[in-house]
Amino acid sequence: MSATIVLLETTSTNLRSSSLPAVSAARALAGHHGGPVIGVAIGAGIAAAAADASRFVDKVLCFDSPALSAALAETWAPLLAAAVKETAATALVASATSTGKDVLPRAAALLGAGMASDVVAVLGAKSFRRPTYAGNALTEVEVTTTIVVCTARQTEFAPAAPAASAGAVENKAVGTVDTLGSEFVSLHATKSARPDLAEAKVVVSGGRGMKEAANFKVLEELTDLLGGALGASRAACDAGMVPNDLQVGQTGKVVAPELYFAVALSGAIQHLAGMKSSKVIVAINKDAEAPIFQVADYGLVATWESTLPSLIAEIKKVKAAQ
Amino acid sequence: MKILVPCKRVPNPELKLKIAGGAVELTDTTWQVNPFDEYAVETALRLTEKSKGGERSGEVVVVSIGPKDTSTQLKQLLAMGADRAILIAGDDAALDADLVARTLKAVVENEKPDLVVMGKQAVDGDDNQVGQILAGYLGWPQATFLSTIALAADGKSATVSREVDTGVEERRVRLPAVATVDLRIIGKKAVRNEALSGPEVEWEDTQRLASLKGIMAAKKKELKEITAESLGVAGGILVKTLRHENPPSRKAGIKVASVEELVSKLHTEAKVI
Repeated sequence: MSATIVLLETTSTNLRSSSLPAVSAARALAGHHGGPVIGVAIGAGIAAAAADASRFVDKVLCFDSPALSAALAETWAPLLAAAVKETAATALVASATSTGKDVLPRAAALLGAGMASDVVAVLGAKSFRRPTYAGNALTEVEVTTTIVVCTARQTEFAPAAPAASAGAVENKAVGTVDTLGSEFVSLHATKSARPDLAEAKVVVSGGRGMKEAANFKVLEELTDLLGGALGASRAACDAGMVPNDLQVGQTGKVVAPELYFAVALSGAIQHLAGMKSSKVIVAINKDAEAPIFQVADYGLVATWESTLPSLIAEIKKVKAAQ
Repeated sequence: MKILVPCKRVPNPELKLKIAGGAVELTDTTWQVNPFDEYAVETALRLTEKSKGGERSGEVVVVSIGPKDTSTQLKQLLAMGADRAILIAGDDAALDADLVARTLKAVVENEKPDLVVMGKQAVDGDDNQVGQILAGYLGWPQATFLSTIALAADGKSATVSREVDTGVEERRVRLPAVATVDLRIIGKKAVRNEALSGPEVEWEDTQRLASLKGIMAAKKKELKEITAESLGVAGGILVKTLRHENPPSRKAGIKVASVEELVSKLHTEAKVI
């Protein structure tokens, strides 16, 4: 009967939806570890967010201090390790967000605990399934230490629903915060009215064959028609057609939407690693030999120029009839 | 500026992976330097060079843990321009991220580099842990998933960009530190040492290949083979790999002949629009 700790990432007012898969993974682990699910929220001025987060867990430990405004592994990992020790927890979980991937291994080091990254299934108290070799293998691993640490792949754990009753929020004293000389300077956030890539039901990605930035307009039109998120291959990002943070793949985001459109995109292994778990994959490419067709449910061998306008018109017809 | 670059050899990621009896079949594969580690070596070399050419300033030491054959990959990195190589005898199957990080910690304590630069993850295990664990064990700052790095003129700090889920984050870190790099670190303007280059840098848009001259020069460079025991590293792994399986195969898709057919299938068959 020992607790499972889950890192709850927040804005100043809310739990981030990207942490809900971690809550699901934590609940699955708690089923094996027998104790409560305790959330840890870290930040500056996050009282409201901690209250919001408390709907999902048995208790929230809130570390709230102006010195903790940036998600630095140097300051967050020791707090997570301290929370694990104080509660005698035997599991520590986070979503495999950029913050989770940065902070959790460092926390594992401080705890002397083994860690499984980017897990897609909890198989037991200490065993997990996780993708390796760019998703070309699924690997079962077993952590041998008393404390187990893992990050959960967001697309493989359903977002947790609120618990029957909200847990208490316990404000924790934050001692001296040592950043080790690391300093957050700025965040150039991408502003988009579209849903988050990792959470979108539909993703429309363009590749090298889109040729130039202006041509992404037609993909954006398709994206917005379907209420989806826009993605891209590395080649399209590197060519400056779209910002780098739209990249789907081993570098970039992992997505698993209901519907994935790969347009003028060849399908390099590194790209497939980020989208192969999509439910339905549509590939539109003029090259019939493009590897993307090997994972596509529906393939159309054609240029995007000849296809996209009529595709948009046809989908509009279907939508109008609904 | 002394920079340590831990590198891992990985099976060629472009070859089809063979899995049989719960294990990955690697006898027929070819081995290469993990791509992200190769970018790290390129990063380290650029940090010791003027972008417009001229004398280098600094030392780049590459280190790997692996079987004896790994010397092939280390020689390639020496031919790229690294100054020295260390090969620590090890067997992939008997390693995990924690043991690798503990071994590297011992190397760092011996070599006392100003900076450790390594790939964000190896493309076989895809753990994305070693840099962070190493920084944790050393009590050093960490700068992960970098797309740019600029060393301050006094060599005491670095300003970095990280590609995070919500955009691009800029941070400043004090040295010594552990940095892990993502693929855009090999961009034209991504790496700068202010002590060597002015504000404008212009690199090739890819990592360098070993030149014939580099290959000849590498023959005279030191490649030291040691054991983990000689570094005082003991203890086992914390994460056991039990078995590998093929991911569920997708059911064979179909080719459609027209946009109309595609939309009709998506609507009536897949029911996704």
